Formats: sequence, C-alpha cells, structure tokens
Amino acid sequence: MADGRLHPYRRDVGVDPPNRFPAYVGTHFRAPARPPILLPQGLTELTGPLLGPGRVEPGDADLTTHGPGQPIGERVIVHGQVLDSDGRAIRDSLVEIWQANAAGRYRHQEDVHDAPLDPNFAGVGRALTDHTGAYRFVTIKPGPYPWRNHQNAWRPSHIHFSLFGEAFPQRLITQMYFPGDPLFGQDPILNAIADPQGRERLISRLDLGSSIPDIALAFRFDIVLRGRVATPFETEDDD
Amino acid sequence: MSTDRTPSQTAGPYLSIAMTWPDGPFVVPESTDGAVWIRGRLLDGVGEPVPDGLIESWQADEEGRFAHPAAASRGRTSFRGFGRCTTDEAGRFGLLTVVPGPVPAADGQPQAPHIDISVFARGILTRLVTRLYFEDEAAANAADPVLRSIDDPARRSTLVARRGDDGYTFDIHLQGAEETVFFDV
Repeated sequence: MADGRLHPYRRDVGVDPPNRFPAYVGTHFRAPARPPILLPQGLTELTGPLLGPGRVEPGDADLTTHGPGQPIGERVIVHGQVLDSDGRAIRDSLVEIWQANAAGRYRHQEDVHDAPLDPNFAGVGRALTDHTGAYRFVTIKPGPYPWRNHQNAWRPSHIHFSLFGEAFPQRLITQMYFPGDPLFGQDPILNAIADPQGRERLISRLDLGSSIPDIALAFRFDIVLRGRVATPFETEDDD
Repeated sequence: MSTDRTPSQTAGPYLSIAMTWPDGPFVVPESTDGAVWIRGRLLDGVGEPVPDGLIESWQADEEGRFAHPAAASRGRTSFRGFGRCTTDEAGRFGLLTVVPGPVPAADGQPQAPHIDISVFARGILTRLVTRLYFEDEAAANAADPVLRSIDDPARRSTLVARRGDDGYTFDIHLQGAEETVFFDV
C-alpha cells in the first residue's frame, strides 16, 4: 500500500445468508425488502477500525476465570486462525465472543429460558490474534436452548464471534458450532446458508492435539474474511 | 482462488452482553470542540423499535484522514473513527463524533462528508450497511456520486441526517415505506 494503490475487497456472491429467509421468523419484519445498492469502495471502505491492542485485558480470553469459582459445564479450548481468503493472516486484531452457559442460558435480562444462571460464568470473552492470526479462548461448552421460532425449536450449541479484519468490508459477526450436533437439521439460522460447504465452515472440529489431557478438549475454528481483488484502486496520489 | 470465506450469522438477541462498550458511543471525547451527537432509532418494518440492535460507525476525521495505513498518504491522525452503540428498549442509539472532512470515491471523485454505518440485530442474518450524510451539506450531497446513484429522491433522503438539538438525527428503517437504503459494499 506504500505504492499508493489500494486493492478493493472482493464481493463473494452466495457466501452469506440472504436477509430474507422465511423459515427464520425474526427476519420477517427486519429484512429489507429492496435489494442493496452497489457501493463502490472508496477510502472509507478501504480503511476500517484497527481494534486490538488496548482493547483486551489479561484473562479476558479465559471465560472460566471470570467468576469467584469454577463454572459448571464442559471446559473447552476454542482456538483457530483468522485469515483473509487469500490466506493472509489478520494480525493483532480483536476477536470478541459471547455465548450461553452450560445450561443454555445467557446472562441477559431478556433471556427468560427456565434454566439456571451460573454465578461463575458471564459468557463474554475477548482475545487478540497474534502475528500468525491465531487466537485462543478457554470457555465452557454452551448448552442448546429453546426459542420460539417454530414448534419445539432449539438452537444448536453455538458461540457468537465478532471480527473486524483490517478494513470495513471485512467486518464479520458469525456463530461457531460444535461437530456432530443433532440439532443442525432443524435450525433455520445455520440453514439460511444455502451452500452446504459454507455451513460446514461454521462447524468447529475436534482438535485432540491441542487439548490439555485431564483438563479440556480443544475445538478448532478458523475464520476467513474477505480477500482482495487483484486490480488496484488508484488514489489521487498517483498523479 | 475460490473463496473459502466464513459466512455471516445473525448476532442474535443477546449481543449487548458483549457489544456494549462504556466508551463505544464516544468516537470523540465529550470535551471535543465541534462534537455532535448523532441520535436515531432503529425501527422494523411495522415501525416497532428494535431494542436488541447494534449500530457501528466508521469515518474520517475533520480533515478527511483515517487512522489506517491504507490512507497514510493523507496524513497521520489519532482519530479513532469508530463508534459502537447498542440500541435501548425504544430502539434508540447515540454516537458522539465530529463531521468528517471530504474523502475521495473509488475513482478519485470528491464525495460529500459521510459516515459508514453497520447494523446488526436478531433477525438480520448478514450485516446491513448504510451511509449517513448531513442535511447542511446540500451542495456536496447534490454532487456526491453515491447519492447520485440513487434515482428516487425519497430513497436518497433516507441517507441524510437532519439537524437536531445537539447534532443530527438519523433513524434507520429496516423495512417498509421508509426503508433505509442499504448497500452492498
């Protein structure tokens, strides 16, 4: 970029779920009816918040140590690498997560699921990626929970992930799932992704090699943000 | 290269436990000269407030500079440029910032001062992106290539924040007759 040329970010058609998805009832009054208008990427879009250093305190990435005692549930390591789709590591970048506790309850005033809160588990974590884009959390495997989308609807166990990348088009909020969850088939949120391979990319995999014997199993979840097009954007400085 | 990009998922109804930052709404400190509040409501297709949403902003400083290496040739700035506010029970949000300076479009054309806005909530599967322009920049808005790409003046006006008591007001309508223009970025 020192050459004054900026590469726009690719638009990957069909990767993200559409906002209009009738099986997910929450979309009915919240999905825009009109198609989005193409926004050519100018400097506002070729830049973005570089959030990281200063946003994470020691211990933020270990959600099992945020209360006075140990939380109930299956302790797990959730880790992976944040890359762009050209394979470049996203370094020193903020990763935020939030999740339900082992009983399937969020520590949120609007969550009225009849399951106990855990005084030792808040369900919120932050981490920074390192120079290879790697991040690592220690947490509790969240429980599935019922919701009112359809008769006897249950969300599969999941962890919400928020990522910034290096520029505005790379911003991503998504969810990570656990392998082999029998609730996948009835979940309209996961199934709003049309491509089966896209759905697979949200499912972490058991990573025995990174587990800590007698302490915690590990699950690996790599996250791939938008890559760039080959043609540079010519800035006014090229004149 | 075929993409293996990670798909988006909804942020769900409980995003506020993680996305509420004490300093989130303060793109600039309260003591900043020229600081303005951008206040608005996030509304659904039947005009009901969205109480579980997240609004994020990204913009240049008053000189059109960004705290980002891709814009280093425009000069250094310590301006954070980023704001984040979860909506309250009435769908309200607020961001304290300054009006940005001019920033060029992809082809180098000047653009009117603008702020890029991201919207997340339960029921939104993939981030919605819109732009905020300023009512009192009428001449710049009339020449802005992005605004000019929207034919219908009523739709264009959904992107223009109105002058308010302590800054600007900017309501975001997810759907319906007043549906805000959203962009594919």
